[in-house]
Amino acid sequence: MSIGEPLPRPDGRDKVTGRARYAADQEVAGLLHAALVGAPTPSGTVTAIDGREALATAGVARVLTAADMPRFGPVAPPSAVSKLPMQDGTIRHEGQPVAIVLAETLEAAECGAGLVRLTIEPAPFRPQGGGEVAVPPGIYGPVTFTKGDPDAAFLAAEHQHIAEYRQPSRHHNPMEPSATIAVWEGENLTLYDSVQHGYSVQAIVAAALNIRPERVRVISPHTGGGFGAKGFVWPHEILTAAAARVARRPVKLALSRAQMYANVGFQPNMVHRMALGAGRNGRLTAIKHEVEHVTALSDDFVEMATAASRGTYASPAIFTAQKVERANVNMPTAMRAPWEGPGLWGLESAIDELAHAVGQDPLDFRLANYAETDPATGKPWSSKKLREAYEEGARLFGWRERAGRPKRDGPWTLGFGMATCSMGAFRFPSQAQVRIKADGSVTVETGCHDIGTGTLTIFPQIAADVLGLPPDKVELIMGDTRLPQGGPTYGSSSTMGVGASVLRAAENARELLGRLANLPAGEVVMKDGRIGRRGGLGAGVPIGDALRTAGVGEVVGKGRFTLPGDAPFNADGEGTPHTIRTFGAVFIEVGVDCELGLLRLRRAVGSYSAGRVINPRTARAQMTGGIIWGWGMAAMEASPYEKKLGRWLSKNLAGVAIPVNADIAGDIQIHFVDEFDPHASPLGAKGIGELGATGVAAAVASAVFDATGKRIRELPITPGKLV
Amino acid sequence: MNTFEYLRPATIAEAVAAAAEPGAAYLAAGTNLVDLMKGGISHPTRLVDINRLPGLDRLEHLPDGGVRIGALVRNADLAHDPVFARRFPAIAEALLSGASAQLRNAATVGGNLMQRTRCAYFYDVASACNKRAPGAGCDARGGENRLHAVLGWSESCIATHPSDFCVPLVALDAVVEIEGRAGRREVALESFHQLPGNTPERDSVLGPGELIVAVRLPPAAAKFAAHARYLKVRDRTSYAFAVVSAAAALEVDGGRIAEARLALGGVAARPWRARAAEKVLAGTRPEAATLRRAAEAALAQARPSGENAFKIELARRIVARALALAAAGTPERVPALPASPFASVAGAAVHA
Ligand SMILES: Cc1cc2nc3c(=O)[nH]c(=O)nc-3n(C[C@H](O)[C@H](O)[C@H](O)COP(=O)(O)OP(=O)(O)OC[C@H]3O[C@@H](n4cnc5c(N)ncnc54)[C@H](O)[C@@H]3O)c2cc1C
Ligand code: SF4
Repeated sequence: MSIGEPLPRPDGRDKVTGRARYAADQEVAGLLHAALVGAPTPSGTVTAIDGREALATAGVARVLTAADMPRFGPVAPPSAVSKLPMQDGTIRHEGQPVAIVLAETLEAAECGAGLVRLTIEPAPFRPQGGGEVAVPPGIYGPVTFTKGDPDAAFLAAEHQHIAEYRQPSRHHNPMEPSATIAVWEGENLTLYDSVQHGYSVQAIVAAALNIRPERVRVISPHTGGGFGAKGFVWPHEILTAAAARVARRPVKLALSRAQMYANVGFQPNMVHRMALGAGRNGRLTAIKHEVEHVTALSDDFVEMATAASRGTYASPAIFTAQKVERANVNMPTAMRAPWEGPGLWGLESAIDELAHAVGQDPLDFRLANYAETDPATGKPWSSKKLREAYEEGARLFGWRERAGRPKRDGPWTLGFGMATCSMGAFRFPSQAQVRIKADGSVTVETGCHDIGTGTLTIFPQIAADVLGLPPDKVELIMGDTRLPQGGPTYGSSSTMGVGASVLRAAENARELLGRLANLPAGEVVMKDGRIGRRGGLGAGVPIGDALRTAGVGEVVGKGRFTLPGDAPFNADGEGTPHTIRTFGAVFIEVGVDCELGLLRLRRAVGSYSAGRVINPRTARAQMTGGIIWGWGMAAMEASPYEKKLGRWLSKNLAGVAIPVNADIAGDIQIHFVDEFDPHASPLGAKGIGELGATGVAAAVASAVFDATGKRIRELPITPGKLV
Repeated sequence: MNTFEYLRPATIAEAVAAAAEPGAAYLAAGTNLVDLMKGGISHPTRLVDINRLPGLDRLEHLPDGGVRIGALVRNADLAHDPVFARRFPAIAEALLSGASAQLRNAATVGGNLMQRTRCAYFYDVASACNKRAPGAGCDARGGENRLHAVLGWSESCIATHPSDFCVPLVALDAVVEIEGRAGRREVALESFHQLPGNTPERDSVLGPGELIVAVRLPPAAAKFAAHARYLKVRDRTSYAFAVVSAAAALEVDGGRIAEARLALGGVAARPWRARAAEKVLAGTRPEAATLRRAAEAALAQARPSGENAFKIELARRIVARALALAAAGTPERVPALPASPFASVAGAAVHA
């Protein structure tokens, strides 16, 4: 049995010793280095570009402008934006590429980029915080939702709570900035790219360049973190491919850290307008949640944070609505724990305040409003053991006993807080194949990605489980669009989708091998490298013998994970009899130095109901990382935006705080409730990559309130807000 | 990156001559300068690499009881020198609270003094910045200025000096030894960094080609060893510049403060010596009310330069806390998390 074992990562050593090779590390002969010239203003028109001085720099080969670029074909999601840059002179946001310098060395390219002279006719712009508020079209489903009569229910409620909760725009800041190498061979294009879904890049680049998708191959050996920033296809990937075609040489573009701020997405700022009503008994009677956030001028990105308020608590009346503010900013995008991540900051903060107003323990209040079925649709859950998660988390934390704990430790005032965690379930179809060779080696082949979450560990583990082999005998081959189409590595979807296709492929391989060994279908067992008949005598035959006897070199089993109606995407089990979500609870202990405004995470317990756990070690790492991610959101992260200039201000890691080791409490406990969800995927597993990040900010703010009596309704909770 | 000339002189005299040319800059570890060059903020046409200059990496305990720190002594080497750390614990603590281990291993004493402000507009070449481009204006006024100066700022610039190291140094009367074409001169660190006035582009009194050769602490600086702390509030637990910081050093005699030294960081364009507060403290017992009065005196002239009024009260509080912790006595070892008010117990890393 290898599923359920805490196997370590096979890729760990390569990563920490620098042997792992990422997109920009690929050696391609004769390539040109590209440097982007970004628009210095957020709005206006480029009327002239003078590249003479740049071209005079030693090593500079080309200065490409809109005039040199092909006319791109129309693109739609998963292209991040519909209006591609370098097609005309229009500037929609600061940092938008307006020219590309190609040179023999990176240094020459960067030097040249600094020498390109732009003539710009500036135009007035709308800054973040001063844009035009609009109701966006429902890209990810309807933007408003009403159940019952929320206004009347709220007005009639015994206890009413109205408040606004705010959060700033934040960038993903993956360790590896995005990078693309484009190589043309005749009409065929190979892209080495840092991505979360190579097939999206294949489709969008092909559409933009008006070529057939089969002509585009995307190879992504490892991705150094994405957190959503590499989920959609961003213009620089298309521009690199186009530049290589124009220059007739391979081209490499690695975005600088600063360019990551405006050339890929960010999580938009948000205001949550919450109104909750409850009866005397503390039962919710109305939930109203409106969200407004910034988006680009050209496209409506909608961060559906209100999903949290439709899926978490039982309430006879619910109203949710989404608005956007269109401004001259680059396009926002999904960031680790989209939707519920921000949504639960608003909802769980409001719930906590209401629980206090009603005079109930925040945990009891949540239990009293437990949603036995999907509050929005009334459908049963595919599986939900949140009650157990609450209870076991509370026990591990000592939540019920907290009144007896000291409230001070030296200069620290201690505070305790908790919140519900939840994520919807994004599912994508996936294909995989499992190849068993005569030498006994096994490869799992699927075009998914390694973004650091553990796919290289768990997919071999799943196949090894079926094939009765030690996991280190199974290797995952991934990150190439020539492989069977694996699902994307975002939306906490990989284990469910790709994992299920791997399971099916391994089962199929076992069956094929059984057929070769003349074993009746359904009775094939594989164990310790041998294949035999269930209940049969003896240990069976070694895999290699079975293949050799049959005179074949290998068997290739194929597996698919499909969605109802063969849909390309399914959210929360829509269109099925069940609603699929993941759940949990996070308990936080903070220390606050009220005098100096210092806030520290001392202890955290995360307890989750998230389906079957394939590998407790990688799963724990995901949840711990999620809690740290949530701590960053709660305590420090914000991307400063300069309103007068219409640009991100601190485009580097020295000016934007994200958690460092010293910020991370040693005592973070992770617990999973034993659970198998047969509806989410045949593995029984659900997605966990984002769940851990949800709820944390609200739990922290609640703990800060417990410690100081101060309600912080605007993130991040920095010293200035606490003194 | 623009092309530039790179020179590696063998003597101080050659270095000074080479750096006196317009557009020249000294290169020490480059942890600040190279970043500024990559970002297009500085464009030196000539780099004068001082790393091989003889004698600048020496730490000398002088016969008179003072200490002379060569300009090329690495921040980490200084902080980890056991004798130095014992005699000047607040300086070691300040050094270890700055940057990261890797940066401290490289960064030099001279470079630390001369590091440039962390004002985000200074780093953003599209912004107007009088320090970067004199006369251009100052976009930090009315902009994102939560972390800007509350003391000594002018209409033309509200930036702060980011160094931690300089804060206890200025409290302890450090002197900067400077070599120029006209020979050697000495300047008290307190007057080394310049307030912006109308010339924010000038961070310090160094003239063209002038080289810092050493920083000297007078013998009297060692008498505070038993009661010295450096405290720093930052936006995260470690690896961040100070929101505000304070160095407090006391000479305690029979329960009374015989002499007090106090300086603040992150509040002005120079490490801010708080002499008025020192006077308040002299001869008193370190009781809460007295410390608070000293804190009031230290910030008496403070005024917000934008959305940063909170820093004034925060600075008062960190002054009072630093003084209280100094009065309680220097910890046996530098705390596991240096400059944290919560790690005063040796080895107590938890929840720092
Ligand atoms: C990410 C990051 C975080 C940091 N955090 C902190 C922090 O928390 N606290 C803190 O105090 N500092 C911090 N620093 C700044 C760090 O301390 C400085 O970068 C370092 O001290 C500079 O020393 P250097 O030798 O690298 O100087 P260089 O970068 O080589 O030079 C800096 C400047 O000093 C000049 N110079 C150098 N030596 C001399 C000399 N002998 N005479 C005259 N001029 C000279 C150079 O010409 C240049 O203008 C941080 C830096 C980074 C990059
Ligand atoms: S505060 Fe000083 S450094 Fe910052 S923008 Fe203004 S002038 Fe420049």
